[in-house]
Amino acid sequence: METLMAITIGILFSLGTYLVLTKSLIRIILGTSIIGHGVNLLILTMGGLKTGGPPLLGAEDLSYTDALPQALILTAIVINFAVTALFLVLAYRSYKTLRTDDMEQLRGYEDE
Amino acid sequence: MNNALILLIIIPLITGMVLIIFRKKIVFQRVASAAALLVTSIISLILIYQVKTKGIQSLQLGGWEAPFGISFVVDMFSALLLLTTSLVAFACLVYAFRSIGTEREANYFYPLYLFLITGVYGSFLTGDLFNLFVCFEVMLISSYVLLSLGGTKIQLRESIKYILINVLSSSLFLVGIAYLYAVVGTLNMAHLSARIAEVGQDGVTTTVSLLFIIVFGLKAALFLFYWLPGSYSAPPTAIGAIFAALLTKVGIYALFRTFTLIFYHEPQITHLLLGIMGVATMVLGAFGAIAFSDIKRILTYNVIISVGLIIAGLASYSLIGITGSINYLVHDMIIKALLFLIGGTIIGLTGTDKLGEVTGLIRTHPYLGWMFFIAALSVSGIPPLSGFLGKVFITKGTFEAGYYWLGGVGLMTSLMVLYSVMKIFMNAFWGETNLSQEMEKGTTKGLMFPIVLLTMLTVLLGVGAEAMQPYVKMAADDLMNPLHYIHAVLGGNSIQ
Repeated sequence: METLMAITIGILFSLGTYLVLTKSLIRIILGTSIIGHGVNLLILTMGGLKTGGPPLLGAEDLSYTDALPQALILTAIVINFAVTALFLVLAYRSYKTLRTDDMEQLRGYEDE
Repeated sequence: MNNALILLIIIPLITGMVLIIFRKKIVFQRVASAAALLVTSIISLILIYQVKTKGIQSLQLGGWEAPFGISFVVDMFSALLLLTTSLVAFACLVYAFRSIGTEREANYFYPLYLFLITGVYGSFLTGDLFNLFVCFEVMLISSYVLLSLGGTKIQLRESIKYILINVLSSSLFLVGIAYLYAVVGTLNMAHLSARIAEVGQDGVTTTVSLLFIIVFGLKAALFLFYWLPGSYSAPPTAIGAIFAALLTKVGIYALFRTFTLIFYHEPQITHLLLGIMGVATMVLGAFGAIAFSDIKRILTYNVIISVGLIIAGLASYSLIGITGSINYLVHDMIIKALLFLIGGTIIGLTGTDKLGEVTGLIRTHPYLGWMFFIAALSVSGIPPLSGFLGKVFITKGTFEAGYYWLGGVGLMTSLMVLYSVMKIFMNAFWGETNLSQEMEKGTTKGLMFPIVLLTMLTVLLGVGAEAMQPYVKMAADDLMNPLHYIHAVLGGNSIQ
């Protein structure tokens, strides 16, 4: 299971990196979002993948699932969601003001 | 247990939330946000006193004992930074009253400003690595909006880049947290420190620590600073000043915390790398400061140089080097805000930030000119002023650790800093007065108070350095002895 997750996370990260390196702003934002999902899966995997154990300390069962990574992911998802929303709004606004979403043209030069 | 710690988060947060409702009542917004910052200054003073008399203070939120709950911890290092943050934030806020413009004021400038300060306080207070991430995000999201508030072309363009680089570094931060959790099995900083000290810092842990160097290096503008000059010169003066004074410093604080408390067992790898990055930062920053000839660029490159110098003290990992870094960190927060405020005032008066277009301002604005002169001397570390002591201790620390190249480059770049700020002083203030008072684009009315306040602080910090040293010494002592921190947080808790 961990191997499968590792491969999935790897694919997500490489996809995200590819998208971030493109010129179009929308693709870049999608890329950051995909990297964010990869990170969330990574946290989940790093906490240890188990089936069948309740997330409780002191229960009768010998095996229990660590609930902390899931709490961390919940927070990370919310933050990622908020930042992506803000980023998209800003991209729309800057497209309307600057009339371009091409990062090459957003470089910015000294004499303007 | 000390409930005063949480007040520093609650007061600016609640005030900011309430101010969202009173959007149109600008006078009320001003008074309330200034009052909130004054109250937090008083609380941080009380905290300094408590830490001095009773040792490191901690608060376990919700009564969940560390390492299970979220701990807030304040030692002398964070207490000093908290007080400096409150004072600098107050000065920049007062500057914003007259300079930020009604449109921004009516569009939630004050709530956002308070949320930014909340994030900074939270980062200084927290004793949990994941909570540090959350506080970073609180601070960063407010800074995204503050940077783009107003929506001019240059602001939009720069904030896109700023957000992108910070979103990526936040993702890497989470990756680092995930790895560390897998290796050590905890995220409470004191618990992390205890566990790593117990089993030793092996190769995997050191590799994870390198990831943290990249993450915090991006936030602190340590070597990975290429996003900084553009984004710090885009927003209005008051916002640029608070960014320059606080945001990179939070990254520096995180580096200090992690590399003195958690990953301090392999200084020949991690701290040496920090030293190399510090040298590169100082050299490249100095080139930038000398090469450009507009005020904002020169000042933003000065921010970068000082980051390199502060990290040089950490890289030496000696008591005296850390003492110097703390001295310099406090000085730098004040002086960078001061330089940005004066630089912004000059640009506001003349309507241009190109050097050489306007000369002889000293005739029409003598006080502004001489205060810039004091700030320029202070930033380059001339003796009676506040930058001197920190620089001496940092240099001494690097020499003690045998990193002569590190201290040498630090001294060399001081000269370049002096040259770059003197360039502004001589070009803008000396020479023929070619701008009469009637032709000025702006006014200094109401802007002088915060500038005078910060100038007085830097002079006081220099002249009264002797009185401050016991506190700085205590802060450095606690940083060099992680056991103090661990005992204060975990206490008698036997859970390992």
